[in-house]
Amino acid sequence: MVAARVRRALPLYLAVAPFVLSLLFPFYWMVVTSLKQNSELYDLQAIPFWFRVGPTLAHYSYLFQRTAFATWLGNTAVVAVLSTAIAVVISVLAAYALARLRFRGGETLGAMIFAVYLVPTTLLFIPLAQVVRALNLGDTRWALIVTYPTFLVPFATWLLMSYFRTIPRELEESAMIDGCSHLGALLRVVLPTAIPGVLTATLFAFTLSWNEFIYAVTFVSSTAQKTLGPGVVTELIRGDVYYWGELMAGAVLGSVPIAIAYALLLDYYISGLTAGALK
Amino acid sequence: MSIVAARAEPGRGRRRRLVSPEAATAYLFVAPAVAMLLLLVGYPFVLALYLATSNAVVGDLGRFVGPAQLTRLLGQEIFQQTLRNTAIYALTAVSVKIILGLALALILAGFGRHRLPASRLIRAVILLPWIVPTALSTVGWKWMFEPQFSVINWVLVRLGAIAYISDLPETDGASPLARFWFITLPLLRPVLATVVLFSLIMTISDFNIVYVLTRGGPLNSTHLLATLAHQVGLVTGEIGRGAAISLFMLPFLMIIVFYQMRLMRRKWEW
Repeated sequence: MVAARVRRALPLYLAVAPFVLSLLFPFYWMVVTSLKQNSELYDLQAIPFWFRVGPTLAHYSYLFQRTAFATWLGNTAVVAVLSTAIAVVISVLAAYALARLRFRGGETLGAMIFAVYLVPTTLLFIPLAQVVRALNLGDTRWALIVTYPTFLVPFATWLLMSYFRTIPRELEESAMIDGCSHLGALLRVVLPTAIPGVLTATLFAFTLSWNEFIYAVTFVSSTAQKTLGPGVVTELIRGDVYYWGELMAGAVLGSVPIAIAYALLLDYYISGLTAGALK
Repeated sequence: MSIVAARAEPGRGRRRRLVSPEAATAYLFVAPAVAMLLLLVGYPFVLALYLATSNAVVGDLGRFVGPAQLTRLLGQEIFQQTLRNTAIYALTAVSVKIILGLALALILAGFGRHRLPASRLIRAVILLPWIVPTALSTVGWKWMFEPQFSVINWVLVRLGAIAYISDLPETDGASPLARFWFITLPLLRPVLATVVLFSLIMTISDFNIVYVLTRGGPLNSTHLLATLAHQVGLVTGEIGRGAAISLFMLPFLMIIVFYQMRLMRRKWEW
């Protein structure tokens, strides 16, 4: 049965193969490079796809012993967790009001939040740097924790709004007849039903703040406050010298936490995206 | 009970009291979002407009000089080159993304329709580039193109050329193509339009890839608006001029927002 179906679908497998290979290859390449010895990395005769001399963890131990990589990893985690938490709380409240409650200016506000969603971070980073400095947050992790929600809240609000709309009104109305306030209905009835949507928004926000680069590279400059991406890129590329093995090791380690999160939550994520729809 | 009453008589009840309890709750709920957006998006936007029309430098907000900054930029060779780069980059990157993305989406739809094995695995692989920090994966690409030790070089040297299998077995003559052109594509149009508009914003405002790959060099020939703004505004310290460069994204952005809003209104009406 399955075999026959697969055989008939052979063209589909052949068609998807180049995509899968070209998406996998850079990742494979990163991992292999990060495990190779320098003598082999810079050997023109060596076959680049596999090891000849044997794998080594030297690049990884260099990261932890000779650079502040552990600090950057910690900073990234703190920034991503806090900014995501702040953004999700703000967004859940706003999205519930916009999706369910009637108030003057609601539609205008919804449209405005959507417009902000489309504002790229690179449009306002120079004046925002001034604001950060005026708030006395210049060159600290807090600069990032405070500014990341500006691009997280708009999309999370929109995602959650469309998700909340798919929940039948009767659920919260019966809760409110039973004496719940709006906040009570939101916390006890709407949120538990909307878990896939909230998880999707959280995961998406977490990924965006984990991988954010431009604010991180412009607002923070001292080694002890840096996050992963800027730390690796600014301190392992010294002038024209690239520490390829270490750079790739940093990229691999930087992807692992997100990869684990997705492995655990992939099904929620897909269902949340398609039901809420970032359309 | 109050909901039932409010539903039965919309408007009336609201007008009599200044703010209904429902509206009061709503304002309370949106307050944090509004406050944050006003302070960290609205105010910086106003500041951007001021900076772009001022002669501000680092540590000195300068004074208003009018549009002189913007017109001077338009006359500069580096800035013209940057505008050209941005246009070429946006057009090619978006077309390639759309064509490949559409092809992949159609293939995946086939996988879903026939409930084929390995669908989950393939989906996971497609998410892979999204989880690797862009800044770092870009470094990976640079390593692949590294002139001396690159893997691409190695392959080219060994094989002489890349053979690409392009003719996939045809299933049903020309009819799938016709079906795609006349049925699938028109149905996909609203989604496709949204995707195009979003990718345009993303590429016009891109920073990471250029910052990591070339830093705008050699001789400032590969800048995009964002990297040039960073270079001029924050590295050199002419924040007024830097803000002006960033602000050149705004007209494109406004056109895109306008179309996007119109697209969504049409969808709501359905």
